[in-house]
Amino acid sequence: MISREFLINGVLALLLLAVPFIASAVGQPFTITLATRIAILALAATGLNIALGLGGLVSFGHAAFFGVGGYVAGILSSHAFSGDPMIFGFEGSKQMLLIWLTAAIVAGLLGLLIGVISLRTSGVYFIMITLAFAQMVYYFAISWPAYGGEDGLSIVVRNQFPGVNTMRPLTFFGVAYGALIVGLGLFAMIRDSRFGAALQAVRQNEVRVASVGISPLPIRLTAFVLSAMMTALAGCLYADLNRFVSPSMLSWHMSGELIVLIILGGTGRLFGPVAGAMLYVVIESALGGITERWQFFLGLILLATVLFARGGVIGLLAGKARHG
Amino acid sequence: MTFSLVLEQLLNGVQLGVMLFLMAAGLTLIFGVMGLINLAHGSLYMVGAFACAVVAAATGSFWLGLAASLAFAAAAGALMEVVVIRRLYGRDHLDQVLATFALILIFSEGTRWVFGSFPLYLDIPQLLQGAVPLPGGTAYPLYRLAIIVTGGLVAIGLTLLISRTRLGMRIRAGESDREMIAALGVDIRTLYTLVFALGSALAGLAGAMVGALQSVQVGMGEPILILAFVVIVIGGIGSIKGALIGALLVGVVDTMGRFLLPQIVGLFMSSAQAGPVGGAIASMLIYLLMAAILAIKPRGLFPAQA
Amino acid sequence: MAEPVLDIKGLRKNFGALKATDDVSISLYPGEIHALIGPNGAGKSTLIHQICGTLRQDQGSIRLAGKEIGNLGVAERARKGLGRTFQISSLAVEFSALRNVMLAVQARQGSSFRFLRPVRSDRNLVDEAMDRLSRVGLAERAHIPAGELSHGEKRQLEIAIALALDVKAFLLDEPMAGMGPEGSKVLTGFLAKLRQEAPILLVEHDMDAVFALADRISVLVYGRIIATGTVEEIRRDPVVRTAYLGDHA
Repeated sequence: MISREFLINGVLALLLLAVPFIASAVGQPFTITLATRIAILALAATGLNIALGLGGLVSFGHAAFFGVGGYVAGILSSHAFSGDPMIFGFEGSKQMLLIWLTAAIVAGLLGLLIGVISLRTSGVYFIMITLAFAQMVYYFAISWPAYGGEDGLSIVVRNQFPGVNTMRPLTFFGVAYGALIVGLGLFAMIRDSRFGAALQAVRQNEVRVASVGISPLPIRLTAFVLSAMMTALAGCLYADLNRFVSPSMLSWHMSGELIVLIILGGTGRLFGPVAGAMLYVVIESALGGITERWQFFLGLILLATVLFARGGVIGLLAGKARHG
Repeated sequence: MTFSLVLEQLLNGVQLGVMLFLMAAGLTLIFGVMGLINLAHGSLYMVGAFACAVVAAATGSFWLGLAASLAFAAAAGALMEVVVIRRLYGRDHLDQVLATFALILIFSEGTRWVFGSFPLYLDIPQLLQGAVPLPGGTAYPLYRLAIIVTGGLVAIGLTLLISRTRLGMRIRAGESDREMIAALGVDIRTLYTLVFALGSALAGLAGAMVGALQSVQVGMGEPILILAFVVIVIGGIGSIKGALIGALLVGVVDTMGRFLLPQIVGLFMSSAQAGPVGGAIASMLIYLLMAAILAIKPRGLFPAQA
Repeated sequence: MAEPVLDIKGLRKNFGALKATDDVSISLYPGEIHALIGPNGAGKSTLIHQICGTLRQDQGSIRLAGKEIGNLGVAERARKGLGRTFQISSLAVEFSALRNVMLAVQARQGSSFRFLRPVRSDRNLVDEAMDRLSRVGLAERAHIPAGELSHGEKRQLEIAIALALDVKAFLLDEPMAGMGPEGSKVLTGFLAKLRQEAPILLVEHDMDAVFALADRISVLVYGRIIATGTVEEIRRDPVVRTAYLGDHA
């Protein structure tokens, strides 16, 4: 039996894939960049969706991981470019795969650290503490002058992916889209697994989970770390897309935006972040073309979604989420 | 490093702490009574600052501006509560975060629409210009001292309001048992709007007072909002006492950290490196403080409800 | 007599000046149903919280199958074999009844840190969970979200979940509460058999059920156990009659 949500997901995936090719054919290269941006933001939000959608962990600090991913890409690539060795004589790298691995490890460790402290609390405390830790990373990036401080860091030539030319917009879109599909696959796998069952149950009823003998904290912590890693990976791609990384990737507006993407699309839904990112980027470029104050209208749309359409886009199209 | 320099920095820390208290008191009161997390509290701070700057510029009187900041912030808060916030009380925190995040976008962009992107400036009133001599020979700006005094008065007033008045009794009842106060026949909707307006007025007051020290611009409320979050997390959400102690702690630690850490780091490495390294550590100090406190007391120093 | 499976000794818990649990000792032997009764406010909930680990006792020991569990967390105690149901149903409400039980099966089988295989096609989980649901008579309701089950069905589901665990002792907190007379009768019959699998510490207000089921009864009043004995002994105990049963006479 093919559910309606499955069909909608397929349509969204194909749509996102088709748009850049059509844009390329009709000579609209900027649209390719928009589609790439959608894919990357959707991946970042899919990472957050592990913690927020499945685990109910409202992290208001995921920009920390997104930005750390960006900075890993920027720092490794700037060392490889300039030839200055980093610590341990490591010379940096321009290989995306190595950069992604490094970013995932660094963000995983940071996530572990932040998670261990933040997950001692819950509810509003958790929201505020994750926000505060992200601010800590943000201010650190601003006040640490070695990598550009407030001005950020440029990536002169986009990092490389084996076998392809990432400077071609359509090719880079392909890399980002591929990463998104893998990310969505991982999300679905986690959601359906034993771990995912425990994680979703922890969201619904922590006491219930503990009284069958599953300790909630390790489950939450693992989800938080996995979530941080995936969001960091998206951060690497985002830095490569813009060929620039700055503290704004770490700012709390970014954290807010990632949550917004999930809510616009539909919380906990596999393609929620994709639908959310599409809507967000389309609103941004459509309204942005009309008025400089497009965020005013974004605010209104967001407010209306929260107050009146809590299921987001996927919820509107596919109905309520079901847990078999 | 002289004694008077340390004293000056200490006073700056207290002054920052007092500002944070004005913000944190409103946030924590609103959370304590209504169970709501309001990200747009920083926008009310901004509204206060703009109202003060505009009215002061039009009338030439800082004091009228200050009154306007209270009135406008309270009115904006009450409006916000009636139109949006009221629908969020029963919702989960995620909805509250998002809706109030949306309010920030609306307030910030709306303000930019009206006033443009250029900052406004607000002068320190004639009466409070000048400086007071400190023991040790330096002088401290009178205006900053006035801020500290104002904050102290607000703290006392707020404590009296909550412990001694009818409104305060209702607020306390609202914190412990929402159904009970409805049963007592208190109009809970009006009470919530009043509490929200009160918190907003405090934020507006803080914005107006800081507006004369810094420039008045869109986004000015956000850094202080996040610091205020740190304050109430440290102090214990819902506790006014916690907000006061947390605010002073954060204000003093942050200010003294920025002042002392580069010099301490300078003892271990060359002065060229010491500045940035010390500065970077100092910028993280209050978050480390928060982490340390939470590691010991996950619900803050003065948890409001056991 | 055999060693007690669950052995609570000298448990004390104070809230300020209030002695909520005052030197409580209860033992639960293999194959028995030991009922804990007492008027409202006697401290039954506080006692249950301490047994299952949501509250920590000030003093005293709780041993399960000979091992001290009084210093463990909730999840650890559950893993050691303490199976409980809640006074107010506590379920993963969005999950179906089946998935609620599957979670317990998964917990008993071992690690929840498995990421690859989808649970819904995992026969090990599904079959065993269905079996437990059938035992409590909920097989036909397996795919209904737990939140949409009737009150009585939620109770049954709680028991199915406990059955899926490797339980050495059951702690049932008012399983009859809110059940109709018919439901209570069915459940009474079920619990009578359940004691063969593991002994039951039964906290219950329904006196008919208690007198029908219990091998022994302990009476808790103001945080103290004022009497422990067989049904007959408790019925006849003058102290109990004045302190508690008198209300019903």
